[in-house]
Amino acid sequence: MLHTVNKSPFEKNALESCLSHAVEGASILLIEDGVYAALGGTSTAARMAEAAKRFKVFVLGPDLAARGMDAGRLVEGVGIVDYEGFVDLVAEHPTSQAWL
Amino acid sequence: MDEMESGVVKKFMFVNRKAPYGTIYALEVLEMVLISAAFDQDVHLAFVDDGVFQLKKGQDTKALGQKNFSPTYRALDGYDIEKLYVEAESMAERGLTEADLLVPVEVLSRADMGALMNEMDVVLTA
Amino acid sequence: MKIGILVNEGPYNHQASDTALNFCKAALAKGHTIWRVFFYYDGVLNAAPRAEPPTDDRNLFKQWGELAEKHGVDLVVCVAAGLRRGIREGDTAPGFRISGLGQLIEAGIQCDRLVTFGD
Repeated sequence: MLHTVNKSPFEKNALESCLSHAVEGASILLIEDGVYAALGGTSTAARMAEAAKRFKVFVLGPDLAARGMDAGRLVEGVGIVDYEGFVDLVAEHPTSQAWL
Repeated sequence: MDEMESGVVKKFMFVNRKAPYGTIYALEVLEMVLISAAFDQDVHLAFVDDGVFQLKKGQDTKALGQKNFSPTYRALDGYDIEKLYVEAESMAERGLTEADLLVPVEVLSRADMGALMNEMDVVLTA
Repeated sequence: MKIGILVNEGPYNHQASDTALNFCKAALAKGHTIWRVFFYYDGVLNAAPRAEPPTDDRNLFKQWGELAEKHGVDLVVCVAAGLRRGIREGDTAPGFRISGLGQLIEAGIQCDRLVTFGD
């Protein structure tokens, strides 16, 4: 399963809900306002670091750049993909689930 | 309608995570669910997070001027849509019990809900 | 791979339409088929006729239309959600057609993947 999360973890529970439902083998892609969850030095960074050990976690680079967020500040274990990488993730997983 | 004759049966899940009336999602998901019944697919409805509020008994929308669509959940079995799953933790967090719900459902733990989601072929959320 | 897309939000207010467009363009560039894009909820407003975004901003209506024109992508607006919001047959931006919700379920059945963009 590929989970997409597009909400800031500081505003909505979409990420938390996603993380508590995702099972072994899942990938999580943070897009739009969801990218704020990928950054270190935040109150949610420890949760994300833990998640990155259980799941493959990615962040959409163009959304990160648009928001002025430094790719060097990502939580360890979080990878960056572009839109082509997003497409590859969709192709690699039989089902996609959006946490809106 | 060749899609109805194709014989393909997929596991569909409609995931409801939003409360009714504040936004239109709950109502329009229901419209989507009713249409899906015509396609002979294996349809599942999941109610998690604020989605559990959709099934609260005693909804009265008269003063809002909006239609109370909650009786439709009780009509779903007439469309052979009988797989309604509500998450125990989501209810407990919101002070609800099964007795508060307007329709019979299967209550699942969060872990079991996650496992069920993982079995689906198509997951639709709003 | 045959990919179906569901767009739940209108243009501009939310990024969903932009992200869906960028995803579709990347998928087409990689040789995948975007079998259908279905517009539901406020997503039907992506087909609004007579919209004129400022010229220094992107024109999402036009970009969707170009996807239909250049790549033959089937852009389907839900009839019920459209009527509710003033979008109807014969009065949409170019490239869109109006049909029923069954077209979304059909996309779920026929496509290898269904990807949702919303709020």
